[in-house]
Amino acid sequence: MYGLETRLAQIGNRSENATGTVNPPVYFSTAYRHTGIGESTGYDYTRTGNPTREVLEKAIADLEEGDRGFACSSGMAAIQTILALFQSGDEWIISKDLYGGTYRLLEQGFKKWGLRCHYVNTSNLEEISEKINENTKAIFLETPTNPLMEVTDIAAVAKGAKEHNVLLIVDNTFYTPIIQQPLTLGADIVIHSATKYLGGHNDVLAGAIVAKGEALCAELAMHHNAIGAVLSPFDSWLLMRGMKTLALRIAKHEENAKALASYLKEHESVIDVLYPGRGGMISFRICDETWVNPFLQNLNLISFAESLGGVESFITYPATQTHADIPEEVRMETGVCNRLLRFSVGIENVEDLIKDLDKAFAIAKGVR
Amino acid sequence: MSGDHYTFETKLLHNKHKFDPQTGAVSVPIQHASTYHQQNIDSFGKYDYSRSLNPTREAVEEVIADLEDGTRGFAFASGMAAISTAFLLLSQGDHVVITEDVYGGTYRMVTTVLNRFGIEHTFVDMTDLQAVEKAIQPNTKVLYVETPSNPTLKVTDIQAVSSLAKKHGAWTFVDNTFLTPALQKPLNLGADIVLHSATKFLSGHSDVVAGLAVVKDAELAEQLGYLQNSFGAVLGVQDCWLLLRGIKTLHVRMKHSSEAAWKIASYLNNHPQIKKVYYPGFEDHPQYKIQQEQASSAGAVFSFELHSEEAMRTFVSHVELPVFAVSLGAVESILSYPAKMSHAAMGPIARQERGISDALLRLSVGLENPEDLIQDFDQALKKTAELPIT
Repeated sequence: MYGLETRLAQIGNRSENATGTVNPPVYFSTAYRHTGIGESTGYDYTRTGNPTREVLEKAIADLEEGDRGFACSSGMAAIQTILALFQSGDEWIISKDLYGGTYRLLEQGFKKWGLRCHYVNTSNLEEISEKINENTKAIFLETPTNPLMEVTDIAAVAKGAKEHNVLLIVDNTFYTPIIQQPLTLGADIVIHSATKYLGGHNDVLAGAIVAKGEALCAELAMHHNAIGAVLSPFDSWLLMRGMKTLALRIAKHEENAKALASYLKEHESVIDVLYPGRGGMISFRICDETWVNPFLQNLNLISFAESLGGVESFITYPATQTHADIPEEVRMETGVCNRLLRFSVGIENVEDLIKDLDKAFAIAKGVR
Repeated sequence: MSGDHYTFETKLLHNKHKFDPQTGAVSVPIQHASTYHQQNIDSFGKYDYSRSLNPTREAVEEVIADLEDGTRGFAFASGMAAISTAFLLLSQGDHVVITEDVYGGTYRMVTTVLNRFGIEHTFVDMTDLQAVEKAIQPNTKVLYVETPSNPTLKVTDIQAVSSLAKKHGAWTFVDNTFLTPALQKPLNLGADIVLHSATKFLSGHSDVVAGLAVVKDAELAEQLGYLQNSFGAVLGVQDCWLLLRGIKTLHVRMKHSSEAAWKIASYLNNHPQIKKVYYPGFEDHPQYKIQQEQASSAGAVFSFELHSEEAMRTFVSHVELPVFAVSLGAVESILSYPAKMSHAAMGPIARQERGISDALLRLSVGLENPEDLIQDFDQALKKTAELPIT
């Protein structure tokens, strides 16, 4: 088997034999002609299966070492599709430090339909085991967490989950299979907001699910088709195009992030730097809340924007952006305070990024 | 353009078009409109018809101009459309001095199309400056350079050729497809027009056919802009957008591919089944020093010759990983057979004169792990070693 970077560069190549095309075609067709009753090419209706989406789904399943992949119209669509596996009365144990969109879907959506969620610090195995009961059906991990970068031992949680016959779902958006392959550590399902590193260019909204095990994959395939929040053929193609440079991008994101984490740690305007040691995401707390806005306003190179994982550097303010739907007292308790900034480090030259930060910090402090 | 003080790798991502001023969108919108509403009957707005100017095409044109340190860029429907449009600057009775191992498509254009319009040409070995000067005539208008050349990777001294051209009142055109501005900037070395098949490294994903031209001089820019609009072989907006997207990873791709090329070329150079490796990154390459001076690396393309056509055929039939195809500069490594692909438009004698033997292969190194490629080549070369000695 070839290395990950080789498999990435070769996505879609040799997927079509009629013309020998190196790049997979985009099939916009919504329907497929049948030659007779009960005779199908394997494609009937594009929601159920589309040849372009299928190349992508196979590629992502291969990278995550899973059995099947499912491409969804957003990361949230991927989570909603997974939620279809459960029913009223089921319980989830889930990371307390969590993306605000996932929290909103669970609290404002699935809570109404009887799904009960226990939010715990999943890096503490005892907190997880305390909440496990006969209704527990899944443990959902973000690792590292968003935005506090707490790391959970996937293999240890997987062991406990298996003992209790509970599904382990891991959101692998921050690390991607280049750094972490949760299915090889015992998880059952991996999800991605593929909008982020997998797509990588801030121009595709997409989600992905990869699962292991025949029965689980068949059930997910059924819901994927039934719910229908599938990824369009063009976005499937663009996502694959982005994935071809994933290994190179992650290497550069990480190299830059390591340098910037050291820089921020030394900086007098910063008190906490939360960096898990891998990947391109850093969170940090600025000394004074009143510096936050002028700091953001005076960044020229780094964009103040919501989202992450793109080639361009972004700084996000979780309090009013990604985590605005989490009540303030919950945010404060977990540490997502009003001085916290989240930095998605891009693939620019790191010295250019440092110069930009230096200037914005200096002005922010002066403005006070 | 904003961000002049940023380094090259940052400029790939941060330029005038890093976000849309109206919405703040961080990706340039694709403007499909072919025409634009005019507010004033007497004075039309900046945009009137998309062949003349389109905001999405304008974005890629400004980005490439900035990256090549030029003042204006022009996007075309293919590399050949860019080259052909640039040649339209010439008139009947003009003469071109052109590098003898030029890309087959340019060779075809010059020898079978330009000649019909009374534009003459002389092929020279561009690495031999005396020969170049000797080939210059009173009516010579263009010195046409490809460096490194295709497929034998000869390196031309851009600065020396540009000075010769200036002395004789001619322009220097440089095809910078192989190295891109990430590794070489011909305008800073005295060239007048830089040309690209942007299908290759600039776009980089084997999914866009595109050409680019960049100039520094304002008057020349005016002339080329006039021709772009008159001839009309402009790049479509979707392809402009895909090209812009490809450019964002140019630095990381070129870095990976050039480093991998060095590893693979070194491996092949020491292999008994390989007769010769053409690669300007080796110290014993005749123009190694010039390459070191005018470019920041030897690039990601090289050629190598096996001992016989039969050995070459055996090798190609056993190689599994690279695509065996025309083109270059992609995420996937591409193995080509110049005699039957890029240089098929040349006759066998013309090819032989240029060292393009029937046992020569060209490799464009992609983004795979170089160890996977070496392993693949190793097993294929073992098969050629099993051939009976003839």
